[in-house]
Amino acid sequence: MTAQKWSAAKVARKVIDNEELFILDVRNEDAFQDWKIEGHKFDYLNVPYFELLDGVEEILPQLPTDKEVLVVCAKEGSSVMVAEMLAEAGREAAYLKGGMKSWSSYLEPVKVADLNNGGELYQFVRLGKGCLSYMVISEGEAAIIDAVRFTDVFIDFAKEKGVEIKHVFDTHLHADHISGGRHIAAATGATYYLPPEDATEVVFEYTALTDDLNVKIGASQIDVNALYSPGHTIGSTSFVIDDKFLLTGDILFIDSIGRPDLAGVAEDWVGDLRETLYSRYRKLAEDLVVLPAHFMIIDELNEDGTVARRLGDLFKENHGLNIKDEEEFRRTVTDNLPPQPNSHERIRQVNMGKVAPDHNEQTEMEIGPNRCAVR
Amino acid sequence: MNITKTLDAKGLACPMPVVRTKKAIDTINSGEILEVLVTDKGALSDITAWAKSGGHTLLEQKTEDDILYFYIQKV
Repeated sequence: MTAQKWSAAKVARKVIDNEELFILDVRNEDAFQDWKIEGHKFDYLNVPYFELLDGVEEILPQLPTDKEVLVVCAKEGSSVMVAEMLAEAGREAAYLKGGMKSWSSYLEPVKVADLNNGGELYQFVRLGKGCLSYMVISEGEAAIIDAVRFTDVFIDFAKEKGVEIKHVFDTHLHADHISGGRHIAAATGATYYLPPEDATEVVFEYTALTDDLNVKIGASQIDVNALYSPGHTIGSTSFVIDDKFLLTGDILFIDSIGRPDLAGVAEDWVGDLRETLYSRYRKLAEDLVVLPAHFMIIDELNEDGTVARRLGDLFKENHGLNIKDEEEFRRTVTDNLPPQPNSHERIRQVNMGKVAPDHNEQTEMEIGPNRCAVR
Repeated sequence: MNITKTLDAKGLACPMPVVRTKKAIDTINSGEILEVLVTDKGALSDITAWAKSGGHTLLEQKTEDDILYFYIQKV
């Protein structure tokens, strides 16, 4: 018996299709506790590979024989070793090609909806990092919102769909992941937009993304409307698409709200966050479907793999939208915040164009959960 | 520090630095010290955790010119 090699895409399908899987994670306990492959029906065993150097016999009773077993490590090497040891012991086992590094990088495009006159809206789900990017397609044209750094995925997808990328937006200056926005724009001739309030230190050319900015996609004129909604950053901007969808960026998530502290000025931005969530968004139609730029936990995924919920439902169910007392709200979003994302300050520098680390370093910087929210 | 043995695991990727470290520690006596040189950054947490789980003492760890040095006293 030999160990099988699985791609991140194969694991992503198992997450989205709600399939069962047993993951033997052979990284350190700290790494496993911090961040792992999440699935609704996944079971886990965490035993660091260095405790298995003398053999896997001791853990065999803990591994199921009626479920597929996937061995996972940081980069691949140790999982190959352990999966081969399992195979030699007569167990079927696979390892994840590229390890958690490839899991962090993988994007799964999921169709959210058909828009008017043949338009389409896609959500690109980065399962390993919890990042969500969007592409609006209509009659030969496309707009992209909050693209992650894997520019080829978006450019190739547009080619496949036979559409030209015309507009690329970032809802804000990201601190948890590296944006692919301006690189896609440079490669395709599209216009790149960034909120000017977030762009005071950037060293590249951009078009100002301002309140009420409106672009129309394709001949059927699918509306993409900007709505200034500060709080996570001072420039954070939302989009209303086709009068049906509200792209909230890092301001409002399904089960949490944005945190105001990743640029180092939480106290200053709490009032903006409150104003956006409790006033600006309250004025919008409750039937808008919220599409955030992140998810934090796998339970936020719908059955079809999308991350989307009606705004009116979030007003009822999302704890962060139901804190009546302003002082309590302030405490919630400034005290006891989760740790800040890995390398967040350096990621901001990259997104400002001030530093340009190589591919490997970018991968290292982005390892780990996104941690953009507060519950 | 009285080093009994030095293991050069530079250029090796995970899991080999830990695999070689384990083999090397098996060749020295209790109380003796193994020096390990590694370039794979993942080894920092892995060798540290491996030593702890095996009861060995990590006397010192330092990084110079992108090379990680470990000094492990066998339990």
